[in-house]
Amino acid sequence: MIPAHASGSVSGVIDEASPLLRADAVSFSYGSHAVLHDVDVTVPAGGLVGVLGPNGSGKTTLLKLLAGLLTPGAGRVTLDGRDTAGLDRVTIARRLAVVPQETELAFDYSVLEIVLMGRYPHLHAFELEGPADLDIARRMLAATGTADLEQRSFRTLSGGEKQRVILASALAQFESRTTTDDDPGASRVLLLDEPTSSLDLAFQLETAALLGRLNRDHGMTVIVCTHDLNFAAGLCRDLVLLRDRRILAAGPTDAVLTPDTIAAVYDVDADVHRHAVSRQLTVVPLARR
Amino acid sequence: MSVSTIPAVAPVTAGDLRRRIWLVQIGFAALTVLACVTAPLIGPTTISLRQVFDSSIPFAENVDAQIFFIARLPRALAGALVGASLAAAGVVLQALLRNPLATPFTLGVSAGASLGAMLVITLGLPLTVVGVPAVPIASFAGALAAVAVVYALATLRRQGLSTNVLLLAGVTLNSLFSAIILFVQYLADFTRSFQAVRWVMGNLDVSSYGPILSALPLMGIAFVVFARLPRALNLLTLGAEGAATRGIDVLRTQRLAFLSASLVTGAAVALGGPIGFIGIIIPHLVRLLVGADHRLVLPASAFLGAAFLVACDVAARTVLSPMELPVGVITAMLGGPFFLWLLIRHR
Repeated sequence: MIPAHASGSVSGVIDEASPLLRADAVSFSYGSHAVLHDVDVTVPAGGLVGVLGPNGSGKTTLLKLLAGLLTPGAGRVTLDGRDTAGLDRVTIARRLAVVPQETELAFDYSVLEIVLMGRYPHLHAFELEGPADLDIARRMLAATGTADLEQRSFRTLSGGEKQRVILASALAQFESRTTTDDDPGASRVLLLDEPTSSLDLAFQLETAALLGRLNRDHGMTVIVCTHDLNFAAGLCRDLVLLRDRRILAAGPTDAVLTPDTIAAVYDVDADVHRHAVSRQLTVVPLARR
Repeated sequence: MSVSTIPAVAPVTAGDLRRRIWLVQIGFAALTVLACVTAPLIGPTTISLRQVFDSSIPFAENVDAQIFFIARLPRALAGALVGASLAAAGVVLQALLRNPLATPFTLGVSAGASLGAMLVITLGLPLTVVGVPAVPIASFAGALAAVAVVYALATLRRQGLSTNVLLLAGVTLNSLFSAIILFVQYLADFTRSFQAVRWVMGNLDVSSYGPILSALPLMGIAFVVFARLPRALNLLTLGAEGAATRGIDVLRTQRLAFLSASLVTGAAVALGGPIGFIGIIIPHLVRLLVGADHRLVLPASAFLGAAFLVACDVAARTVLSPMELPVGVITAMLGGPFFLWLLIRHR
């Protein structure tokens, strides 16, 4: 399962059985600056995948390609087997949501208004948010621990509060308004870019727990870009390691997160062991190579 | 830059939003109607509203009604249309560019329009073409030319619309056109250049329904597009990617917003000249009153912009009566200090 070809691109195949989201031989460049070259990633429905790699290795670009925000220069991205380039934004938005690293508002909205913006893909052209939408928004605020911020101005929030409110807004995209939901939770994809970068320790744990619950209890597919190896080790079942525009290793966390791969990805000697109390893999960086 | 607004209380129940949208629209529309009915009553000849609408006197003999409907109402309506257009275009462009300092004139539309008008006036071209006044036509053509150049530049480099290029191209075109305007003026004789300067100050000296009727269809088209935009404009506040991941076709929204705002601005400038500050103070004032939701801000700004410009025009006509001030001077003299107050208010 873990591809370990000596040369060429290593394919990030995690499970071929039921690919929900798939990047197929994808390359991307900003102008003449190549960011990703011939990258394959396959994420099964219900997957919980971490994308790791040094600064500039293309993590965020990969995330944007998977979200259909960027069009690959070569290759294609498919959601449920359909090329995202051919899908309209509303169809994608009901299935796939993105929590970016930072959100700066051009104008000042209340927290509730921001979360209600997640309901857009479920409303007709001139339809106003109804009681069901408001109910969904409040549930998502509660789920992300931001219920008491509802009437606050988004701009006055701390970085961590903003991130959790944006997560609530993203989760609000998935909820169908009717109870007869023919679209199971398993087909929803949540993409997060550095979700813990501005969170304190308590909220890092809480966010990891929330993402774990969404994945475990609701079958939601979660893809997380992060620099935090221990956060990824504790949360993700599978990892994709990027280095120099390519995938260096991919597969189950236990198999991929080794001193050798960490050295290959980050040029850092690290000790990887199972923590005595938490029983999760723990990475302790030792020295730069 | 952030002109921080206090978000007016967000809807707490679903019914709140619907109620607020109706209340805001009715409230601000009433203000517009009040301004349009009151303005024609004010002037050198005092007339009474009761007699204007006294149906027992035939119109041909009702001097008050004639002054009201023939002499003064066109001017009030022109003011209302121009004010509504500029304020709404300001809202749309601020949301599109994600920049609270954008105005309807930021993207070069007014400079293009001014150049067009300037050329007709200073080159002494015939002032009517087959009975249609040439200055508004030339100014509208100038506005369209500016829009075409800016749009072409913004879409040239890559797929999609670059709001950065849009902004930079607009600002550059503004300076370029202003330079050409100065050049043309420099060469023109004194009387013509005086006329041209007067035009640039903005003036609502409309004394018939003709100019209004010719601007109306263009404004109508733009406002039909505006009606579809508010929710997409709300989502654009999260940035192009935040809007796209929530289901907005960003490129289509940007195109519609840019073209409709430019169209309405071109039509407004052709009708009243480049009247400044409406497009920036009204949207900010409205956000202070109703919050940032464009479903409230856009209609409220259009109505308040209409009422405000009609009121300013009354001031322009009466402050130094019988001399008439250009209304653009009034809006700038009120708008400048107001905007500065807005800037320091939350610091």
